[in-house]
Amino acid sequence: MSTITDIQNEIVAEFEILGDDRESTIFYIMELGGNLEPYPEDFRKEEYIIKGCQSTVWLLAEEKEGKIHFQADSNTDITKGLISLLIRVLNQRSPKEILEADLDFIPRIGMGNILGSQRSNGLVAMMNQMKRYALAFQTKQNT
Amino acid sequence: MPIDVNLIRNQFPLLHQEVNGNPLIYFDNAATTQKPKMVLDAMHRYYEVDNSNIHRGAHTLADRATQHFEDARESIRAFLGARESAEIIFTRGTTEGINLVAKTFGSTFIKKGDEIIISTLEHHSNIVPWQMLCEQNGAVLRVIPITDTGELILEEFEKLLSSKTKLVSLVHASNALGTINPVKRIIDAAHAVGAKVLLDGAQSTSHLEIDVLKLNCDFLVFSAHKLYGPTGLGVLYGKRELLEAMPPFLGGGEMIQDVTFEKTTYANLPFKFEAGTPSIAEVIAFKPALDFITSTGKTTIHQHEHALLQYTVELLQDVKGVIPVGTATEKIAVFSFNIQSMHPFDVGQLLDARGIAVRTGHHCTQPLMRRLGLEGTVRASFAVYNTLAEVEVFAEAVAKIAKLKNK
Repeated sequence: MSTITDIQNEIVAEFEILGDDRESTIFYIMELGGNLEPYPEDFRKEEYIIKGCQSTVWLLAEEKEGKIHFQADSNTDITKGLISLLIRVLNQRSPKEILEADLDFIPRIGMGNILGSQRSNGLVAMMNQMKRYALAFQTKQNT
Repeated sequence: MPIDVNLIRNQFPLLHQEVNGNPLIYFDNAATTQKPKMVLDAMHRYYEVDNSNIHRGAHTLADRATQHFEDARESIRAFLGARESAEIIFTRGTTEGINLVAKTFGSTFIKKGDEIIISTLEHHSNIVPWQMLCEQNGAVLRVIPITDTGELILEEFEKLLSSKTKLVSLVHASNALGTINPVKRIIDAAHAVGAKVLLDGAQSTSHLEIDVLKLNCDFLVFSAHKLYGPTGLGVLYGKRELLEAMPPFLGGGEMIQDVTFEKTTYANLPFKFEAGTPSIAEVIAFKPALDFITSTGKTTIHQHEHALLQYTVELLQDVKGVIPVGTATEKIAVFSFNIQSMHPFDVGQLLDARGIAVRTGHHCTQPLMRRLGLEGTVRASFAVYNTLAEVEVFAEAVAKIAKLKNK
């Protein structure tokens, strides 16, 4: 399995191909949302909504054999695309790996510049929520 | 006579820039309009030459600043066709104007069991102050329903009217949909039962001819920044007899006649409602904004903006996936829409990538959005400096986005 660094480098390379064309970049991000596995309807509840995002984002994390499996959905396509990137990097990894991950692909692809500060902050909120899940599972593993 | 848009655009420095590698297309005019150079110059000149506190300074600068300030008030009076400039009260904006009336007229003349009528089209700023008043004094809020096209159902309004109605507080033109309400008819019907009428003119004053005497509204509120003027400044027009009967809003300097520790007597109109140092530069710079509107001509402005709206509708009406929201017969130049299977935020973001500025979301009209069964819309709103060529770029961009999900 590729490392977190490998996958981040892949993402950065994909975005580099798009260059400065903002419209194409956003179209591309929207398409990425299609890669998300369908979100289980039973978990489309208030307690799974991430605070700090302007659009609605549901995030579910389950631990199986020491790895965390993330599922997510959003009411906007751009946000779905963004969260699919985070899931691509962090899915099926141990809590330790997730907690130690330095997610530098967000600034490296210039997300703040492409999508503005509100959406970029939302992306950080999603990342933090994923790390909080990892911390919770790690604490559980250690007790 | 058709207007020379290029000549007008030359007066607006901000419009001449690129956003995200494209010429800026500013279609968020219902949120705020851009400012002509004469407004910017007036603000600059005030601080560079005349800056001084007004009304009581015994020196030349104070006298000059006061003169310019009161000239602006007189311009606003003329703009609205009011009887006297004492009926023109400066506020921080439309929201403050409505709150002022709710806190002073409302708390004095509206009692438990009395009724206030608003409509489904209202902006939150014409809902929340009345809810707060009703919570405080036990008055009841009634709401005029709308049709699916976004027009008031007048028969229902007439049913709501009774001797209990003390105030009808109504938006003149809807910010979210553009609907122009038949306010004259509503004002007359309200007066027939002895109710007063407040008009929220935030969206109408820059587009439509306003004559407060002909309309016979009791209050009219609006914001300068939506009429090519500075931010942080609003106007409340009120009939003298009402303003006289209302208690002051805020206490402090400027609004007093005499203060002792035992008792304070209040200043005459309009100063009774203008506690503290006002937004002097903004007031002074609002005059050239009104001059700009008057010299361009409201009818000309309305015709031009209407042509922009018509052209937008024409270009987008047959585009698969584009759903116009709010299709009233009488509209100001607001085109609200959704794209099938897309969130308005995403549409807004894609348009921004092309340098097109629009508003997305609920437009501070959540009850209206709920009534229409929508989370929000994308709103393009036009001003006098927008062009048919810009509409073409916008329509092409919208069609391209619509095609994504509606093949």
